[in-house]
Amino acid sequence: MRALLGGAAALFFATPAMAASGEAVNPWVATAYLVAGVLFIFALRGLSSPETSRAGNRFGMVGMLIAVVTTLWTHSIASLPEIAGAIAIGGAIGFFTARRIAMTDMPQLVAAFHSLVGLAAVLVGIAAYLNPGAFGILDATGEILTVSRVELGLGVAIGAITFSGSVIAFLKLNGNMSGAPIMLPMRHVLNLGVLAGIIGLTAYFAIAPTVGTGAIFWTIVGLSFLIGFLLIIPIGGADMPVVVSMLNSYSGWAAAAMGFTLGNTAMIITGALVGSSGAILSYIMCKAMNRSFISVIAGGFGADSGPSDGAAKIDRPWKRGSAEDAAYMMKQAENVIIIPGYGMAVAQAQHALREMGDLLKEEGVNVKYAIHPVAGRMPGHMNVLLAEANVSYDEVFELEDINSEFAQADVAFIIGANDVVNPAAKTDKGSPIYGMPVFDVEKAKTIFFIKRSMGGVGYAGVDNEVFYMDQTMMLLSDAKKMCEEIVKAL
Amino acid sequence: MDFISILSIFVMACFVGYYVVWSVTPALHTPLMAVTNAISSVIIVGALIAAAAGAQADGSQVAKWLGLVGVVLASVNIFGGFAVTERMLAMYKKKERK
Repeated sequence: MRALLGGAAALFFATPAMAASGEAVNPWVATAYLVAGVLFIFALRGLSSPETSRAGNRFGMVGMLIAVVTTLWTHSIASLPEIAGAIAIGGAIGFFTARRIAMTDMPQLVAAFHSLVGLAAVLVGIAAYLNPGAFGILDATGEILTVSRVELGLGVAIGAITFSGSVIAFLKLNGNMSGAPIMLPMRHVLNLGVLAGIIGLTAYFAIAPTVGTGAIFWTIVGLSFLIGFLLIIPIGGADMPVVVSMLNSYSGWAAAAMGFTLGNTAMIITGALVGSSGAILSYIMCKAMNRSFISVIAGGFGADSGPSDGAAKIDRPWKRGSAEDAAYMMKQAENVIIIPGYGMAVAQAQHALREMGDLLKEEGVNVKYAIHPVAGRMPGHMNVLLAEANVSYDEVFELEDINSEFAQADVAFIIGANDVVNPAAKTDKGSPIYGMPVFDVEKAKTIFFIKRSMGGVGYAGVDNEVFYMDQTMMLLSDAKKMCEEIVKAL
Repeated sequence: MDFISILSIFVMACFVGYYVVWSVTPALHTPLMAVTNAISSVIIVGALIAAAAGAQADGSQVAKWLGLVGVVLASVNIFGGFAVTERMLAMYKKKERK
């Protein structure tokens, strides 16, 4: 790597590196960062279809390589072995984690990655505060520029919120911490107070003289870690898709704030892309649950499954089906629609499910998969699992594309989903999930509902009318075991 | 660069991001999160500057080490993020119709 950099440095000999000031004045350098930024745009553009997606990912890698190499070329590196070592250590950890992680654990992994971006942003912000000269953010009198101080304050604040919020999200998704909301007394007052404190201190930090502002800076950092923690602990498991998307957005804004400090176009473009990406995903998730972003952030959803309705639902009659029933009915069927949910991920049932689907297709059955936007714990969670199980992506449909087909479906096969098939969302104004777009499974001739037991209800804590319908057969078992039994029966 | 040009780039990039992300197919939303994760680690640029400059005479040693830790964290994300995206995207296949 050193030889490579040495050779590269010669190319830039005509315009020696700016040693103490990080501001890149070389137009080629600015162009290089711009190219990196454009490549990142291509990386996201590629994801518009699975065919172009892998090329997009490569664009992203090239963009990152350009950004890193450009930075190393244009700054006199006094500690190359250490930097190379740091990249090697981090790279190895990241690479091997990425290779070994189970697809069902993807939400945790993404949350963990978000926390790292957040922490890195905080560290860069602190480093810039301690060594402003290196970042070229000093004015003529040797003080940090006012505008840079605002950017630094915001950057570390957003970074710290991203970090502590993502750590909590990770612990919840990974099961180290209960997915149930944790409610602190007076939490709204507390949160707003802390938030106001951060904003006020950032403003003060910008206008106060540099001397003696250390305490303010560190207080901003501390309060921001605190608010990230406070914001996420009252949010329940079912709202995690929104939280993960929101933290994704924050990690982008943190990078953008640091980009402002460094005047670096690659960071600004990337930050804006990632920030809007996360914001759009949060919006899509909220819409798919018919909940406002504010109500998700206010938290507490899924906390109250009252014991009273728990007693009521056990008394109602329901039919129990067997794997043989399911196998027989589906073999006779013309159209089968499979609706996977988080329960499929928990049971790791995607491979057994795909095997079942393949056998049915050999029998001439038309098998389709229907995915709700909030199925699982992050956007697109179910799609990845089905892709992992080798389900062709043209058999997988989104809610609005397939919902009209339930009327023609002979069988709706629900595996590990619950709230997304609950007709109460359409009919019961008092239901907490009222207004949420759901699958019209009740229009299918027969419904098979895989569930571990009749006791539990979905994350929203609402009873589901579908359990008790005439055409419904409950398959009470572990999702994976049930699919395997159906495969045997086929 | 002056603040206004930087701000202009930022605002334009937000619009580009808005339109590009809406065109992403919902099936690829998880890879989208993974890849945005990887590219937001471009923050490594800041960490590299801190790590590189910290070792100079007037530089702060603390800043240097913070930079190095930042480089480690961002590298985890860059390599991990791109690798896991690659792994996921490789799974999205369209089977040949028999």
